[in-house]
Amino acid sequence: MVATSTGGSALGRYILVRFLLIIPTVFILVTTVFVLMRATGDPITASQGGRLSADELQRRISEAGYDRPVLVQYWEYLTGIVRGDFGTSISDNRPVIEVLGQYGGATLELTAYAVALAVLLGLPLGMLAAYFRDRWPDAGLRVLAILAYATPVFFAGLLLKLIFAVGLGWFPVAGRASTAAQIEMRFAGDSSGFYLVDAIRTGQWWVVQDVLSHAVLPSVALGLLTAGVFLRLVRTNMIATLGTDYVDAARSRGVRERRLVVAHATRPALIPVITVAGMQVAMLLVGAVLTETTFEWRGLGFQLAQYLTVRDFVAVQGIVVLMAVIVAVTNFLVDIVAALIDPRVRY
Amino acid sequence: MSVPISSVGTAGAAPEHLGGRWAWLRRAPVVHQVRQSVGLQRAMLLVGIVLTAAFVLVAVLAPLLAPYGPSQRSDEAGGFGTQQPPSVEHWFGTTVGGYDVLSRVIWGAQTAVLVVLVAVAASLVIGVLLGLVSGYFGGWLDRVLVLVADAIYAFPSLLLAILLAIVISGGQSSMWGGILAAALSITVVFIPQYFRVVRSEVVRVKSEAFVDAARVLGTPHRRIMSRHVLRNSVRTLPLIVTLNASEAILTLAGLGFLGFGIEPTAAAEWGYDLQRAVSDVTSGIWWTALFPGLAIVVAAMGMTLMGESLNDLADPRLRSRTASTEVAGDVAETSVQADVTKEDER
Repeated sequence: MVATSTGGSALGRYILVRFLLIIPTVFILVTTVFVLMRATGDPITASQGGRLSADELQRRISEAGYDRPVLVQYWEYLTGIVRGDFGTSISDNRPVIEVLGQYGGATLELTAYAVALAVLLGLPLGMLAAYFRDRWPDAGLRVLAILAYATPVFFAGLLLKLIFAVGLGWFPVAGRASTAAQIEMRFAGDSSGFYLVDAIRTGQWWVVQDVLSHAVLPSVALGLLTAGVFLRLVRTNMIATLGTDYVDAARSRGVRERRLVVAHATRPALIPVITVAGMQVAMLLVGAVLTETTFEWRGLGFQLAQYLTVRDFVAVQGIVVLMAVIVAVTNFLVDIVAALIDPRVRY
Repeated sequence: MSVPISSVGTAGAAPEHLGGRWAWLRRAPVVHQVRQSVGLQRAMLLVGIVLTAAFVLVAVLAPLLAPYGPSQRSDEAGGFGTQQPPSVEHWFGTTVGGYDVLSRVIWGAQTAVLVVLVAVAASLVIGVLLGLVSGYFGGWLDRVLVLVADAIYAFPSLLLAILLAIVISGGQSSMWGGILAAALSITVVFIPQYFRVVRSEVVRVKSEAFVDAARVLGTPHRRIMSRHVLRNSVRTLPLIVTLNASEAILTLAGLGFLGFGIEPTAAAEWGYDLQRAVSDVTSGIWWTALFPGLAIVVAAMGMTLMGESLNDLADPRLRSRTASTEVAGDVAETSVQADVTKEDER
């Protein structure tokens, strides 16, 4: 363990080392995507193959530069990403980075709701399961968590739609807002990407209500999946912490088991949860792609699915690279947070 | 974890006195865990085994069970009709494409089992080999492989599978082409998991005294690797296999849902059927979504229950890597099997 007097600089060094580690990770991811996408042949043939004549196809290929040596293209692609240029989609001829700007907010909004729900559900239920370890409430909660994992998020979404949107009519079937609300929000100024913010800005309660009611079902679908993961994480770590010497010591002083769970063991049990939860960002993004497709929630994932169906592989490649970078950076941030909370993590 | 841990310790050291004709059966991977489990844990494990067995059985017996073929749209009595509600002829109704939902669900089990088998087998072989070589020889190759495996491990798995599906099949394919494409896409996602586990075990085992002894005796590398190192590094694999199997089913369904599955005329695939059902749901047609979805849940649930239970019953050292490092590390000292002398030098 590092001496306390050098604690500050140790943390600085840790952050630096951890930051430098992102570079090879991102490089490998980006290269993997490039190699895979070029292995299919050029993207123009993939998307326009049947539709254009051979000459026309050839012209567009050389126009886009896909007939040049692969290494030149690779270099251009790498430098482009450094500059924030993720390519231009073939189907609608838009810079991918612009697509991100337009739809990223929607995905962020959805995942934020889902994570909030997951924490609100998963944390207390995981502690409850640990408290009742190996008794029936624990078994019940664990089966529920496994059920949440085993249910594909799009099937959960379809079921929620069937019951609460089509059957009971409590919530809208799909989309992020009704047309009327969207018009109202457009009047209120440029969209921030977050509909809830836009809706509040209009100052009209029915718009806020409209936006929120659209968000309920997608958030629940994605949130339940994530809550299951959280529950399992919290339970495992809580049980492990409850077996440590210092908790035993507290127990022998006569501290109630319930108090051990909610007070003594909470913080040490949650540090590994933060780290592992950070690794779930990838799962959350994949879940968001599927949820958005199910609910026509116009975010990055919905857009990705659209580009996939029209075989616009440049756009697909751009969005996938972006998501991979987001995951790498999030993992970095999570590690830093864990290091700030727990000095033992730093090296 | 209190009960299973002590039983792992004794069960690991016990095999000798359990001799007799069925001794091999008692020690077989899953049977062994059923025997050492108790109470709720055993119930969960058994439910998992039953669900998984049912899933595999339906897949194998699909030709006998399914009333119609996976791409059949008419019989002697004429066309099935589209979006027909459940009836005597079509218990689960028909889809928007005019297929029989029950038959598609049953045939879908076959597709899923095939994909899982190919994906898990391929990733197991490649991942274990890479992990063995990488961990045993070390050096720059090891460092590069670890870096690549970590990067791929962090990659959103479904997205990687999508890219690979594009590469392998261009997204559309025949039954076997589609199954192989889906399976191989999933394989690449899984390889890092086996690689990481096997590699870290190999790194630990290779510094044991018995490996040194073999080396001093002049045993060739290949023999040391296969006989001494590999055998002592694969005990945690069965539970990764079961967890991966359920993940493979979910990834396959996700691929199908995003339109990268197997063509409906080639084979039945649950994810694809759910994608077609999205618009049905809006008009209140429930049977096209409900049944394929439930099939996915049952299959994935069975294998997850099995994997989770195995995870709890198995070597705590694996747990120590994923979650509570300190605590489980202490526990591992007492519970690791007697055939390996242990020195925790992580």
